[in-house]
Amino acid sequence: MSIEIVNVGKRFGDFVALDDVSVSIPSGRLTALLGPSGGGKSTLLRIIAGLERADTGTVRIEGVDATGLPPQKRNVGFVFQHYAAFKHLTVRRNVAFGLEIRKRPRDEIRRRVDELLALVHLEQFADRLPAQLSGGQRQRMALARALAVEPTVLLLDEPFGALDAKVRKELRDWLRRLHDEVHVTTVFVTHDQEEALEVADEIVVINDGRVEQIGSPDELYDRPANEFVMRFLGPVTRLGDQLVRPHDLQLSISDADGVVGRVTRVTRIGFETRVEVTTAGGQPVTVTLTRNEFQALNIQLDSEIRIRLAPGSPTTTTTATQPCAETSTLIPTH
Amino acid sequence: MTSAALAPSRSPRNRRSARGGLPLTRVSGLGLGVAMVWFSLLVLIPLAAVAVTAAQGGWGGFWRTVTNEQTAATLRLTVGTALLVTLVNIVMGTLIAWVLVRDRFIGKRALEVLIDVPFALPTIVAGLVLLSLYGPDSPLGVNIANTRTAVFLAFLFVTLPFIVRTVQPVLAELEPESEEAAASLGASRFTTFRRIILPSLTPAIAAGAALSFARAVGEYGSLILLSGNLPMRTEVASVRILSSIENDNPDSAAAVAVVLLAVSLAVIVALDVIARRVIRRG
Repeated sequence: MSIEIVNVGKRFGDFVALDDVSVSIPSGRLTALLGPSGGGKSTLLRIIAGLERADTGTVRIEGVDATGLPPQKRNVGFVFQHYAAFKHLTVRRNVAFGLEIRKRPRDEIRRRVDELLALVHLEQFADRLPAQLSGGQRQRMALARALAVEPTVLLLDEPFGALDAKVRKELRDWLRRLHDEVHVTTVFVTHDQEEALEVADEIVVINDGRVEQIGSPDELYDRPANEFVMRFLGPVTRLGDQLVRPHDLQLSISDADGVVGRVTRVTRIGFETRVEVTTAGGQPVTVTLTRNEFQALNIQLDSEIRIRLAPGSPTTTTTATQPCAETSTLIPTH
Repeated sequence: MTSAALAPSRSPRNRRSARGGLPLTRVSGLGLGVAMVWFSLLVLIPLAAVAVTAAQGGWGGFWRTVTNEQTAATLRLTVGTALLVTLVNIVMGTLIAWVLVRDRFIGKRALEVLIDVPFALPTIVAGLVLLSLYGPDSPLGVNIANTRTAVFLAFLFVTLPFIVRTVQPVLAELEPESEEAAASLGASRFTTFRRIILPSLTPAIAAGAALSFARAVGEYGSLILLSGNLPMRTEVASVRILSSIENDNPDSAAAVAVVLLAVSLAVIVALDVIARRVIRRG
């Protein structure tokens, strides 16, 4: 295990940012800390980097107790949401900064910086100032700067949070590919479950200062440990007192079993069709079908229909009283 | 005279003169014209008039005035002390700004307001304050009346706010993240200050230093009571100018004024050059 976090607690005044958190982060993998804003995931990342001090607990990085070490001695690379570029230095000098601090020979620095700039595709921007770069380019520069010192772990705090949707997606794919090339243990913080599911090898779901679940994207999606994880990772709807995924529900006109209901609304969004069925008990249930499935069923509005959960689908018991008719995911809005 | 040479800088002429730029529109041309007239009336013409007055005695007359033993002594004292004070302000002003922005302590608000007192206080009042504190009847037992220390102290007092006030907003705007980034890349706090923070503050420090120097060079009110204005010892340039005028010798007054002007200009340019170098070195 590359990073061992044991019983870490952190308060800011009365606010409990982290409540007795223990996480093991494997070597050489890409791990996401996923959760809503204010849930403590950034605080945990900053504690790993030494930018914040834990009130209780210990942090070990590659077997070394780092709990009391200042950030300078931890050999971690840190990438910030808002780039934290050194504005008065060119891209080249930004990337070289860590190596210059380490007093490496000049030609070695030059060679290494050239390599890194090629890696992040910024060769032709070497002599520009950060202000002359786009957001995506600036973040790639920040990444090269963090990688320059050959860190034991690379930490990224909402690295794509300040970028627009398209660049965000590009950089996300690029980070995944970069990690496959460089293999440095990487931890990134995100509140976007799609980002975490797509990029990460391992996801740690953090909410309210506590770890809700740790696992691979498949494990989390298919076997959510609790209602929070279920809701946070994807769309949900309620069937009886169970929370289920709308795409795990099947509709049938001829089946004898299943919950009986009436089709009350049909919405088509591109390849997906959402059917709202109101059960005999008056509970609205959302079912998503592909367009082909929908057409094959020949569903009419207000007709009677049966809902069945596909075998082996994840469910969690819900205690919430509010209906979950909406298919949108529970992404916290800022 | 000079006004004739400077007056025709009006808008129609400037329309084509913007080097390599687009021709000025009617509105921007008018704006430029008004700005130039205003600037000429308030700054350029009076400055030129001083220079012309100083030149009236010819180069020889000018040189004789400036190298007059007593005048040279006042110029040395004024410029030397102003430079020293500016150096002290660069360190202390930055430090005070740092404390005001980065530290939390009781009485911070009060200190914020107090910093501006030297700005707000009429200089003669400042002189009185200094005299009662550091004069012959000093309650502290420190009597620096009629010494060069008095000049130094008066300069320090009136120039205190300049660098504090120019550096403070820039420091407040700095994002702490770039310092954290530097730290995680292995930079010590001192290295982070020297290579990341200082280059960002340098333009502000230079601007404040230029203001501070210019103010010190021309200071009069706050020091006349305490310094004693002893020729060859504590007489400063502004006092020398006044006595020249009183002795009906405006040429000599103008000559001293021109020297001060030239020195101030040179210092401002030098500060700018140094600032650029610090930023580039990073």
